[in-house]
Amino acid sequence: MPQIKLPELVCPAGSLPALKAAVDNGADTVYFGYKNSTNARNFAGLNFDEKAMIEGIRYAHARGRHVLMAINTFPQPGREAEWRRAVDGAADLGVDAVILADVGLLDYASKRHPDLRLHLSVQGSATSYEAVNFAQREFGVRRAVLPRVLTLAQVELVIKNTSVEIEVFGFGSLCVMNEGRCWLSSYATGESPNTVGACSPAKFVKWEKAPGQMNTRLNGILIDRYDDNEPAGYPTLCKGRFEVNGETYYALEEPTSLNVLEILPEIVKIGVSAIKVEGRQRSPAYVAQVTRTLRAALDELGRDVDHFKVKPTWQTELAKVSEGVQATLGAYNRPWR
Amino acid sequence: MFESFPKSFTIPSFKLPTFVSAVGAKLPQWPHAVVLTTGLNAAVKMRLLPEDSLELLEGKTFLVEVLDTGSHARFTFRGGLFRPLFKTGSPATSEGATVVDDLVFRANLSAFLQLVARQEDPDTLFFNRQLTIEGDTELGLVVKNMLDAVEWPKLPHFPGFATSSR
Repeated sequence: MPQIKLPELVCPAGSLPALKAAVDNGADTVYFGYKNSTNARNFAGLNFDEKAMIEGIRYAHARGRHVLMAINTFPQPGREAEWRRAVDGAADLGVDAVILADVGLLDYASKRHPDLRLHLSVQGSATSYEAVNFAQREFGVRRAVLPRVLTLAQVELVIKNTSVEIEVFGFGSLCVMNEGRCWLSSYATGESPNTVGACSPAKFVKWEKAPGQMNTRLNGILIDRYDDNEPAGYPTLCKGRFEVNGETYYALEEPTSLNVLEILPEIVKIGVSAIKVEGRQRSPAYVAQVTRTLRAALDELGRDVDHFKVKPTWQTELAKVSEGVQATLGAYNRPWR
Repeated sequence: MFESFPKSFTIPSFKLPTFVSAVGAKLPQWPHAVVLTTGLNAAVKMRLLPEDSLELLEGKTFLVEVLDTGSHARFTFRGGLFRPLFKTGSPATSEGATVVDDLVFRANLSAFLQLVARQEDPDTLFFNRQLTIEGDTELGLVVKNMLDAVEWPKLPHFPGFATSSR
């Protein structure tokens, strides 16, 4: 029976109970971030203060798991010190690695904390092995998270041409995935993940219930209208329905979720080091459900990679928590090159 | 003797028959708010709710409406405590229209129970249109994230109700 090295399962935590749910349900690694704009999931009331971080790291390390800190937004002019402080804090707390996007911050971290392990965030938007190798040469980056725009063949090409570990997304909500370069939210609200750490911040969102339908407004702009039985999605501009040439439809992107279960054997065979689950904004219940399902799938794969079959119960469990009506393989199986 | 118990207890999705809400809406609503605020205040006193989030709730009014039981609870947070609000009538009739609540949660009983038991994620229920949130969306996120961050005290372990672990 062919033995195979299983990729690390990397799961999200927006709160301490979510972190514990990830660890208890089989995550190898959890990632979290501060309650401020150094974090690309900077939503009201979400994330960790230092006390919760200390307890989370203790809980994970006591069970032999790893903890990563995401400092994955871009320092704003005149406020660089806030981002540097976050990196210093991560080093002091003893996380296993920091996930950074900004080259200036990568430079700071590599010089100030030479022993701190650096991961290149998906927000760093490195889609080629040249970009990944640049980050390795200049800053000693040990792992890169690839944006969700590459096909499986393209991911394989990157892996073959770098010694940097490669992490890819395995499950979670999708958007237009112009990762680290998207300003759509700013277009409607003046704020975006790159600047304040949140796409479509909640203070700009209004859900208006009317008989038989619900309107979604972002900063007053009507971006979608759902019938009562239609599934809803996150209130982002890219997933809105717009009138284009007399037709109203999802002109940019439909609300969908990525789900790679079907191609898990291929992902593992090409040598992916880690599989990431999206969703630090979600509750502990989601983290538990998704982690448990992917753990079961990876363990099954570890037993015999050539006879791996996706169990319908896994798909049902993942479909239930998904955004949008469909789960897709994202870009992994697109024909483009 | 406990081996025949289910491994873990799950709350099914259900909707109560419509006559329940017709009757429920005619019953006094204040007991719901009293029970809910008593529970929340117990969490405040045990310091389970983060103070930085609680500050954001000061002076806001909340309405939790259980659609299929025809019941609702309206309350506010003032001076460090959750307090029931009794003055207005049922929001289902338009008697309560004089009050504009800062935040309104609406769902059937099973969805609320699944949320409280941390069996389902609110985003999941929202995507599936089982939960509606109206009013101040950011306030809604504060409340959701505040409750998510609570580490509820561990209940004693009963056979048959063991929580899942690796």
